[in-house]
Amino acid sequence: MKLACPLCGARDIREFHYQGAASLADRPDPGAPEARQEFLDYVYMRDNPAGENRELWFHAHGCGAWLVATRDVTTHEFLSVRLATDKEPTT
Amino acid sequence: MSRLAQGGLIDRTRQLPFTFDGETMLGLAGDTLASALLAKGRHLVGRSFKYHRPRGIMTAGSEEPNALVTIRRGNHAIPNLRATTQELYRALDARSQNRFPSLDFDLLAVNDLLSPFFGAGFYYKTFMWPRSFWDRVYEPFIRRAAGLGRLGLEPDDRLHDKGFAHCDLLVIGGGPAGLIAALAAGRAGLDVILADEDFLFGGRLNAERIDLDDQPGNEWAAAIVAELRAMENIRLMGRTTVTGAYDGGIYGAVQRVADHLPAAPADVPEQIFWRINARHAILATGAIEQPIIFPGNDRPGVMMAGAVRSYLNRFAVAAGRSVAVFANNDTGHRTARDLLAAGVEVAAVIDTRPDATPQGDYPLLSGAQVIATSGRLGLREITVQTGSGRQRLRADCLAVAGVWAPALHLSCHLGARPVWRDDINAFVPADGAVPGMRAAGAVAGLRTTRDALKSGLAVAREVIAEHGRKAPRIRLPHCSDGPVECAPFWYVTAGKGRAWVDFQNDVTAKDIAQAHRENFRASEHLKRYTTLGMAPDQGKTANMAALAIMAGLDGRSIPEVGTTSFRPPYVPVSMAALGAQGAGRGFAPERLMPSDALARKRGAVFVELGLWQRPAWYPRPGETSWRQSCDREARMVRETVGICDMTTLGKIDVQGRDAAEFLDRIYVNNIATLAVGRTRYGVMLREDGFVMDDGTVARLGKRHFLLTSTTGAHDQVWRHLTFCAQVLWPDLDVQPSDVTEAWAQFAAAGPKARDLLHRLTQADISNDSMPFMSWREVKIGKITARLFRISYSGELGFELAVPAQYGPSLAEALEESARAEGGDWFGLEALNVLRLEKGFLTHAEIDGRVTLDDLGLGRMMAARDCIGKVMADRPALRAPDRMQLVGLKPAGASKQLLGGAHLFNPGDPVDREHDQGVITSQCFSPHLGHPIALALLRGGRGRIGEQILMHDHLRGVETLCAVCTPVFLDPEGGRMRG
Amino acid sequence: MRYSGLKVFLNGLTGNRGWAPVWRDPAPKDHYDVIIIGGGGHGLATAYYLAREHGITNVAVLEKGAIGSGNVGRNTTVVRANYMLEGNVEFYSHSLKLWQNLSAELNYNVMLSRRGCILLAHSDGQLDALARRGNMNLMQGDGAELWDGATLRRHIPYLNFDDPRFPLKGGLMQWEAGTARHDAVAWGYARAADRLGVDLIQNCEVTGFRITQGRVTGVDTTRGHIGAGKVGMAVAGRSSQVAAMAGLRLPIESHVLQAFVTEGLKPVIDTVISFGMGHFYISQSDKGGLVFGGDIDGYNSYAQRGNLPIVEHVAEAGMALMPMIGRARMLRSWGGIMDMTMDGSPIIDRTPIDGLFFNGGWCYGGFKAVPGGGHVFAHLIATGKLHPAATKFRLDRFARGAVIDEEATGATPNLH
Repeated sequence: MKLACPLCGARDIREFHYQGAASLADRPDPGAPEARQEFLDYVYMRDNPAGENRELWFHAHGCGAWLVATRDVTTHEFLSVRLATDKEPTT
Repeated sequence: MSRLAQGGLIDRTRQLPFTFDGETMLGLAGDTLASALLAKGRHLVGRSFKYHRPRGIMTAGSEEPNALVTIRRGNHAIPNLRATTQELYRALDARSQNRFPSLDFDLLAVNDLLSPFFGAGFYYKTFMWPRSFWDRVYEPFIRRAAGLGRLGLEPDDRLHDKGFAHCDLLVIGGGPAGLIAALAAGRAGLDVILADEDFLFGGRLNAERIDLDDQPGNEWAAAIVAELRAMENIRLMGRTTVTGAYDGGIYGAVQRVADHLPAAPADVPEQIFWRINARHAILATGAIEQPIIFPGNDRPGVMMAGAVRSYLNRFAVAAGRSVAVFANNDTGHRTARDLLAAGVEVAAVIDTRPDATPQGDYPLLSGAQVIATSGRLGLREITVQTGSGRQRLRADCLAVAGVWAPALHLSCHLGARPVWRDDINAFVPADGAVPGMRAAGAVAGLRTTRDALKSGLAVAREVIAEHGRKAPRIRLPHCSDGPVECAPFWYVTAGKGRAWVDFQNDVTAKDIAQAHRENFRASEHLKRYTTLGMAPDQGKTANMAALAIMAGLDGRSIPEVGTTSFRPPYVPVSMAALGAQGAGRGFAPERLMPSDALARKRGAVFVELGLWQRPAWYPRPGETSWRQSCDREARMVRETVGICDMTTLGKIDVQGRDAAEFLDRIYVNNIATLAVGRTRYGVMLREDGFVMDDGTVARLGKRHFLLTSTTGAHDQVWRHLTFCAQVLWPDLDVQPSDVTEAWAQFAAAGPKARDLLHRLTQADISNDSMPFMSWREVKIGKITARLFRISYSGELGFELAVPAQYGPSLAEALEESARAEGGDWFGLEALNVLRLEKGFLTHAEIDGRVTLDDLGLGRMMAARDCIGKVMADRPALRAPDRMQLVGLKPAGASKQLLGGAHLFNPGDPVDREHDQGVITSQCFSPHLGHPIALALLRGGRGRIGEQILMHDHLRGVETLCAVCTPVFLDPEGGRMRG
Repeated sequence: MRYSGLKVFLNGLTGNRGWAPVWRDPAPKDHYDVIIIGGGGHGLATAYYLAREHGITNVAVLEKGAIGSGNVGRNTTVVRANYMLEGNVEFYSHSLKLWQNLSAELNYNVMLSRRGCILLAHSDGQLDALARRGNMNLMQGDGAELWDGATLRRHIPYLNFDDPRFPLKGGLMQWEAGTARHDAVAWGYARAADRLGVDLIQNCEVTGFRITQGRVTGVDTTRGHIGAGKVGMAVAGRSSQVAAMAGLRLPIESHVLQAFVTEGLKPVIDTVISFGMGHFYISQSDKGGLVFGGDIDGYNSYAQRGNLPIVEHVAEAGMALMPMIGRARMLRSWGGIMDMTMDGSPIIDRTPIDGLFFNGGWCYGGFKAVPGGGHVFAHLIATGKLHPAATKFRLDRFARGAVIDEEATGATPNLH
């Protein structure tokens, strides 16, 4: 498995740490009235799709960049990847 | 049955003596063990797994089910090697397996007589009575009967290695299709790896009598190989089996570097496991001939016809004096012609096709089938059913020419299912089964050399085009072989007796019928119930016939029954190669501290912490136990001064306009209020509300902080900080940097710590100018160092940090200064004692399941939000009966405190329902003169002053304890503030 | 047909022609009292216990493929009850007790081999942690022995004591633990359930739920609609997918776990060895193959296969722990899809939908839990009440904060 880090190019997967679903980037507002429920969903609940999964990877043994990737979890194929610090591309 | 006088690709000038079961024989260079044995008339080489049936060499490749042997001796003995791929070398020492006392006379062959009762899955139905017999009689007996070869208990000390390769194109298989593909790609300038599991490139060209442009096939192949060898952009990897296809164009391969040598030369590994990173791959693995199943088909002497031709044409060995051929296709006739041309008698060709016509001067029985064989340890006679009746034929070898099934295993490794083709009675690789991989030659279902070459060239052109290169013009040679007609005939239904399908696991056609009868009809059920295809050969010569038999039983077609999936590796791979460099200390990196050499010189005893090698204690002459050293070191710190290498602590530099705000969101306590020049203890939570780690934060400047993490949690903390900075709050102007290895850091602790430092620096480090929890830059010689007034021992303490390259010399300077003050190094054990006496935490307490409040730190929580705050508010995290951190002291006759022991109210039963908590850390306190412990106790903070019973079921120890605050020494902190 | 040695003998005399189908292949009925989704270990065991213990026999098990073709047939067959935390301790103890009598109860030899399981320790701190665990096991009535390094060496001399990367300080032994023949567990439960009247329906994939006014009334399948009074899900690995059809979102990620076996060898490793520092564990099957595994690959996957980093890491761990393994050859590798929960412990509970029950989240420990999981799930479905041995595997434990986190790594499924 290889992941194309936008900064470093295609690298072997063992350079990367897998964090989980990209929804972890959307931390709820702790001051919101339903904050407890929103945090519960945020911390614990997952869509876990059997298809395209948006997920977070950390180039731990590389440049240290956090990446948002889309990957088909039935084939392990990466479909897209961007830096987490870059804005979501508008489609 | 002997070596032919001429021909073959062997070196008749180099005779190689070898032994088999102690008998010395002579073979030739270029032989495999199997060809050398056959040249001596030896068919019988092993015993089968279940029935201990005598078995002979069946194939000439890695698909071999029968001829498994052990070679070499002692801790170099390797079990289960295939004689058909093991190259002969001088003094090769091979032994048969799974027999006692000898191969010819095997006592466990009695199993064969009992075989009617050993049908498929019989063990699931019996051994249940009497109940007590299972553990003591049946199960031990079954286990003893297991296995083929024997694994010694001594370590394997042979060298193995890993390799990493990259290429534009990986060509898997060096037969005609692979050779021409590599040639084209090589000439086009691509970076090519050509791998073949044989020691001779050429594939079937070395085994058949096929001419290419009036040149024998093997010579044509040798010429191509010579050209490839001359190209710099081509790497030829012989003796290399590509074992697996993985995601992203990564292939695993095992290269047998020295298996063909009596011993590997110094520094040369026996085998290398390669990870090959290939943009494209061409699968040119050929095909594997499949047996026709008939009663008595496992008798030594019954072989695959393709193997008979291999031994004949490549090794110049006649597999029998009188060879019969049993065929469902034209290659049976090719076998007969080759045998006749070599002067070997052909007893008959038995062709299942009624319309078969002779293609040479041999007896032909058309529309006929072999229905029985006889001979005790080898074939003597076969019985043939023809249209007009039965007849017996004398033969000491029967060559079975069946369907050639594509060796498409690698194409299934990513989960794709192969595609059935009626026209060739075989599965072929699905298109796009492995991204970047294309199939060519026989594996793609092509059946003539010319077609194989054509397809090899065609797929090479596609690859070349995708690399934007121009394909070279290559003229294809004329090939002498023609199309092969093959009937879909898989198994004989006439005749009596058992017909073997999986030779290695002793699965017969009757077992398949029984599985069908019992409704194990799905291919996965069939395989698992009968154990078909699960032996070392993974069913390479068994799965197809089994599917055909199952299909015949209920009128389905083969593809309707299904195909079992193929999984890596293609051939078994030695653990030594796959796990190369894991042996000994190579499994994980070792991190060494700047004072490592010094500590080793001092004879320190090391212990591992988060891959760091840390001195546990520094024994002195006369000290006979670790406790003596540890107690001395702990006392030394309390009384004079001790130094300790703290470099292993995680150090994270945080800078930016929003650095303070950032850290306020990370830590539970306020960081923004920290003054420049000051240091503060901080705790961070995970987002689920439990404590992640603790450490110190130093404010280096208005926008500049330095954090420490505990050694073991550093990776997690570092990841967390970068996650927060880049993913959660990319709008904050903040940049964390991991500077753990950039700084060497040493603690000096004890009443004389300041005196010690005065020996190294002129800086004013008095209590007034440098109070507790402050930091400043100091000069050590010409070096600018950072000095932190922090303490993990409860004593007056400093930690001195210098750029890592100065670490070793600073360690020496510190040692000298410490000794001058009556101090010395102290190790992790003493550090643990010192921190326990003060109730400071490690990850024994911060175990990933505790809250801030459990640790008695609830008041640290700031009013604002931070990571983990919302989830920390859940009811179970705030329950009053949670386990809370307390101290324990012995309060009765027994003084023993044990880590991992549980706590109970005195008088309560010591069972799970009454469990009150657990001891997390304990030590003997030299200062107090008795053991102390930290514990997590239900509602513990409300029980200070009470008594609690420590009961350890495992070690049979019971100690009455007094519950106390977790600070055993100097609760006001006067010592460290002084 | 009752199986026995005599029956094997008599059938042997008549060419094994007398054996009957192990289970029927009935067509699905219009309606069942209970439908169990998933013909794996837990689903089949649940159906069996519903019929056997609760007299509910109008039950169907719906299986997408062939019975037992999921994780129950893809694991490394380890059976043990050496957990540390309340919730797990009593449940796995319950399961281990059911294992002891399973072959006789099912009249099917699941080949339970009580050969012991040792968890290795490499430091004093790890020995303390194992002691905490072992004390829990003893308090629960399960076995545990704390071994020091010398005892370990006496029992398992072929480990790497002389030049270890991680020193072997001892371990925690549970003699009652061991292995079982995984397929036989699925088939034994299937056969026993079938004999009690349960319909095992293969090649029948559930494609949707029928839910009326908050209550489940049946399922849609590739073989048509089937009505049901109650529905139980036991589809670990695919839990999120099936639950989503009922509008539920779960605290679960699906991950791939690889497992490995070597060629058959004469008996050499006579216990189950777990090398925590190396994420490596190994035992030897009754056929002689060394069966071993390691950590999950670490990324979400539904592909039932993994990649080389873990393959090589596991082999390296084997070489580090027991260098004699070098001459054995890895024969086959495979992957299974794990329901990895957010705290590493399973979920057995009602769902917010009336009549719909959930069994899943087994992470990589579902095989040893098959008898227990089926038993307590049947109890829950039949009585509507949690079984006393499984009161803590609630769905709402995350909301309450009552997580059961053995690995103590928090809400990071790939680290459990």
